[in-house]
Amino acid sequence: MKILVCISNVPDTTSKINFADGDTKFDTNGVQFVINPNDEFGLTRAMWFKEKQGATVHVATVGEASVEPTMRKALAIGADEAIRVNAVPTDGFFVAQQLAQVVKDGGYDLVIGGRESIDYNGGMVPGILATLLDMNFVNTCINLEVDGNNATATREIDGGKEKITTTLPLVVGGQKGLVQESDLRIPNMRGIMMARQKKLNVVEPVEAINATTDAKFDKPAPKGAVKLVDNVDDLVNLLHTEAKVI
Amino acid sequence: MSVLVYTESENGKFKKNAFEVASYASEVAKQLGTTVTAISVNTEENEGLGSYGVSKVLNVSDDKLKAFNAKAYARAIAQAATKEGSQVIIVSSSTDCKFLAPILAAKLQAGYAPNVVAAPEGTSPFTVKRTAFSNKGFAHTQINTDVKVIGVSNNAFGAHENSVTASVETFAPSLEDGDFSVKSVEADKAVGTVTIADADIVVSGGRGLKGPENWGMVEELAKVLGAATACSKPVSDMGWRPHGEHVGQTGKPVASNLYIAIGISGAIQHLAGISASKVKVVINTDPEAPFFKAADYGIVGDAFEVVPQLTEKLKEFKAQNS
Ligand SMILES: Cc1cc2nc3c(=O)[nH]c(=O)nc-3n(C[C@H](O)[C@H](O)[C@H](O)COP(=O)(O)OP(=O)(O)OC[C@H]3O[C@@H](n4cnc5c(N)ncnc54)[C@H](O)[C@@H]3O)c2cc1C
Ligand SMILES: Nc1ncnc2c1ncn2[C@@H]1O[C@H](COP(=O)(O)O)[C@@H](O)[C@H]1O
Repeated sequence: MKILVCISNVPDTTSKINFADGDTKFDTNGVQFVINPNDEFGLTRAMWFKEKQGATVHVATVGEASVEPTMRKALAIGADEAIRVNAVPTDGFFVAQQLAQVVKDGGYDLVIGGRESIDYNGGMVPGILATLLDMNFVNTCINLEVDGNNATATREIDGGKEKITTTLPLVVGGQKGLVQESDLRIPNMRGIMMARQKKLNVVEPVEAINATTDAKFDKPAPKGAVKLVDNVDDLVNLLHTEAKVI
Repeated sequence: MSVLVYTESENGKFKKNAFEVASYASEVAKQLGTTVTAISVNTEENEGLGSYGVSKVLNVSDDKLKAFNAKAYARAIAQAATKEGSQVIIVSSSTDCKFLAPILAAKLQAGYAPNVVAAPEGTSPFTVKRTAFSNKGFAHTQINTDVKVIGVSNNAFGAHENSVTASVETFAPSLEDGDFSVKSVEADKAVGTVTIADADIVVSGGRGLKGPENWGMVEELAKVLGAATACSKPVSDMGWRPHGEHVGQTGKPVASNLYIAIGISGAIQHLAGISASKVKVVINTDPEAPFFKAADYGIVGDAFEVVPQLTEKLKEFKAQNS
């Protein structure tokens, strides 16, 4: 089985968010970038397929050279090869079209992406990718087993979960649950050394549409101070008369 | 030319968000000088959508669509959009809609803007405001394509009555076998409880509650309020609560009217996922807990004392006010 894990390079979850250039761009100043957490769960599941079922695992990112440390981390965790499409990932539709070309060229059976990137929160790349390639697609995937050409998955639904059967070729939008939190791996020295020897292929983008443009950004208005109360009578009263939520 | 809205249902009845997305569609139609057509699947009482500005309902009645199927539903919506010549398609932010929207966007070569929190800021270029960076920011996104798909954030726009007469038509999309190549085998869904996605009020517990055996009081409080229950990430990682209850940046997003956090410290990753909620209440023993900076109301106190008292008080309040 050939697996492609799509990795989005995102600000660390603790990052403070600021905007630059007249609020038209995300301000990367002082921001630490990491593998999108949803993709990290997917990558770890891919490692399981590699170790238990002999799968080959490649990772792909659409991004400029600055994303390479994140890709090296994925290689250090154990991916066999990395592919970087050399383009600014401006729009989910654009990214999906680039990844579609990577999937076609590489002949992957299983593509694992994340439910959403925690930066622009598009939640669209895996679904668009699957549809462009006419591959099966399961979103909010919290469990995945593959047996030959058949796949069994569990998807999170509002208020519960749903068991699904389908076939390869398959794209999933993964999240926590795909592996346990405790299964996530921190790259060790050996992994980091080995990653240096692994291939990081750079390919040029194909022509594609930019379906959306983020023209401007802003931040929520600062919050007023909390109102502290010392008994539940006052709380219920405030929630009723002031906040009007009960 | 009409604006198309997909109005979701469950067991034949419209979900609450159906009226919110219909209201949103009605506002977009007003801006564009056109009408609203809804597409509904296996629903009754379709005329009711007229109260929210829908003048035509395309009702699909098909046993094959009894269980939700993203690809098949997306095809049905795409065909309805083509039939109506719709350039704008509105969906909700439910898990199912977030599953089908990208498929729909790809089918129609449409730009998709998710998590939209307000009426369009302009129609040329078509610009919407949406949350980004896990609620730490907003993006003003232009959609450049002829056809546009908009995902409306839960509880952001609200349902607004705007009565018109709705005509109901039967609509039979032509589905292909390939649309059913992802099969639902079984759904395991709590019955009779409110889901986080649909809830007006969410009651959430953290590690401060010490162990799974202490969730009875959280459930009790949620019951009195008609609320959904949720939890912080470590609580679901330790298996105290199911994964589906984990909220935050890497869990489910919460955009409720009221969010009550009990024994949750308020880590940045937790706040990122819940800050779209309108009113936040925190109950925590530690006055220095970061959550107090993000909350509207707070009680510094022991959850094991405060929560049962709050439940009792709310019972009295409900008895008086119903
Ligand atoms: C990549 C990444 C992603 C993450 N994503 C998420 C996410 O999506 N959601 C999320 O929640 N977390 C997430 N986290 C974890 C987050 O950083 C915090 O560790 C977590 O939110 C803490 O959970 P908690 O508040 O329940 O526990 P704690 O931080 O241990 O806080 C417990 C609180 O309970 C209070 N307390 C103790 N006893 C009582 C009592 N008797 N009565 C009342 N209060 C009491 C304490 O004062 C304390 O403030 C993420 C972390 C990382 C690194
Ligand atoms: N620039 C990118 N390069 C590679 N994969 C991406 C990129 N952006 C998004 N993805 C993948 O698509 C998923 C959903 O991202 P998004 O649609 O941006 O929320 C991510 O979790 C990744 O798996």
